[in-house]
Amino acid sequence: MFEYFLRRLAGTIPVLLAVSVFVFAFVHMLPGDPARMVAGQDASYEQVENVRKELLLDRPLWEQYLRYLNQMAHLELGRSIKTHEPVLTLIGQRFMPTLWLTVVSMIWAIIAGVGLGVLSGVWRGGVADRLAAGGAILGISFPSFWLGLLLMDLFSVRLGWLPTGGYGTWAHFVMPAFTLGSAVAAVMARFTRSAYIEVAGEDYVRTARSKGVPERIVIWTHTLRNALIPVITLTGLQFGFLLGGAIVVETVFAWPGLGRLLIDSVSFRDYPVIQAEILLFAVEFVLINLIVDLLYGMVNPEIRLK
Amino acid sequence: MTMTNIRSPGREFWRRFRRQHVAMVSLAVIIILVAAAFLAPWIAPYSQTTPDYDALLEGPSWAHWAGTDSYGRDILSRMIWGGQVSLTVGFLSVVLGCVVGVALGIISGFFGGWIDGLIMRVIDVMLAFPGILPAIAVVAILGPGLVNVIYAIALSAVPVFARLVRGTTLALKETLYVQASRSIGVSRTKLMLRHILPGTLPAVIVYASLRMGTSILTAAALSFIGLGAQPPSPEWGAMLSDGRSYLGVADHITIFPGLAILITVLAFNLFGDGLRDALDQKLR
Repeated sequence: MFEYFLRRLAGTIPVLLAVSVFVFAFVHMLPGDPARMVAGQDASYEQVENVRKELLLDRPLWEQYLRYLNQMAHLELGRSIKTHEPVLTLIGQRFMPTLWLTVVSMIWAIIAGVGLGVLSGVWRGGVADRLAAGGAILGISFPSFWLGLLLMDLFSVRLGWLPTGGYGTWAHFVMPAFTLGSAVAAVMARFTRSAYIEVAGEDYVRTARSKGVPERIVIWTHTLRNALIPVITLTGLQFGFLLGGAIVVETVFAWPGLGRLLIDSVSFRDYPVIQAEILLFAVEFVLINLIVDLLYGMVNPEIRLK
Repeated sequence: MTMTNIRSPGREFWRRFRRQHVAMVSLAVIIILVAAAFLAPWIAPYSQTTPDYDALLEGPSWAHWAGTDSYGRDILSRMIWGGQVSLTVGFLSVVLGCVVGVALGIISGFFGGWIDGLIMRVIDVMLAFPGILPAIAVVAILGPGLVNVIYAIALSAVPVFARLVRGTTLALKETLYVQASRSIGVSRTKLMLRHILPGTLPAVIVYASLRMGTSILTAAALSFIGLGAQPPSPEWGAMLSDGRSYLGVADHITIFPGLAILITVLAFNLFGDGLRDALDQKLR
């Protein structure tokens, strides 16, 4: 298991390096001169050249890249062009709201998705099954931002039950988490159903049933436990999907998270913030994939030995 | 066996596809949407951009079937024009992503070795980032705008096409007819284009259709958060972001464009599902 862990950990290094090259190259792909951008539009030629020297932008690219890696390793992310605050502080303020939003959404997605998936697997062809099949295709086709607006219209504007946006109490979570989690729930329901049906066709399930094990135990112990193994992987992968979706949902509900920060930075061309955020998202994805791989290795020894 | 018993693959496909009623309806919806979008100059009842300050935020009526927005512009007309934007963006990004992905996939599978290794490592890295995020990252770098949205969505479609085609290429490379062509000295380019590419197409077509739905949805989302089409473009996502300010006052601004997105995306997804069953393709 430890060897497997090390192998997976080593596998993340090329991905992180690739992303760091991408994010680094980003500054050099921008239209315009970064030195002039920092110096300001009406700076003189000498001032721009001074800034270039000061920021070491006149050094060879590979040297700049290595320095950039070193800065990232020490979490020196620079300052926002817009507010002049350290980027680390900005991201730190926004990190927890986004984390909580994705976690609560995921809990909703697991409850609704796995629940519906199992129901439709157990009673194949029944009402729950048909409902889940329709819900699944609807779930992946429904624009999340539209769902958010419709909910807001009904529950905030018309009924006044829930706040239209913002962050603070549990009431603020209801609509954003439902909006964000429902698309994932649709995918999970579809996946859980097929996993359940596959396991239900296994010999050991038939054997258990034929030797008179009560149906309840066949479903819970023999089928469900084994069917949920692939669902773990899916849950991990969908976390990445949620992080992306959160950007859209945060915009709908004025959620003070990383997504809103990113969108605001893009509109303002606040490059240090954009750079740091893309890198942060990349690190999150890589971590999630790593955790999924490890969990999977724990529940399925076959994978470990590959 | 007589000739009459042999059906052409095209006819066989159509016979199977026709039995999928949901997919047939979806196809009809897609045809109507495409026709409406490209006949916009003739069928849109009003201008998409000219304001009418005597008809601000009016609800649906006989004069304005879907009501008017905060500038008095007819929402139905804007939706018809917006269809042109959404369908074009979806189509171009899928075609672009498809061409690049298929090319990479065939090259990777056909040549193998270090070329395959290199391409697949890059694809793996790209696949590590699912959903809308890679598209947002690309737009963040290139700057907001519809053209950049096309590049961004195309880029996020590349890895899946490449994976899909590489797998088929590996299998096709070993078939008798490809081996035979190779043995009589057919060039590698011709082998890839004439003998392998057609075999990969069924899976590519199915995925491209499913991808159309995703791409249109992503483009609308990007426009909604302000990174895609800019006002006064009648892009559906951008129209929705307009409607947000008038919730409870003029709900029709929010309801109709959203419905347009949902119907379009749903139609492409259901059509893709039908194609998959008719072409007997298992995608993941």
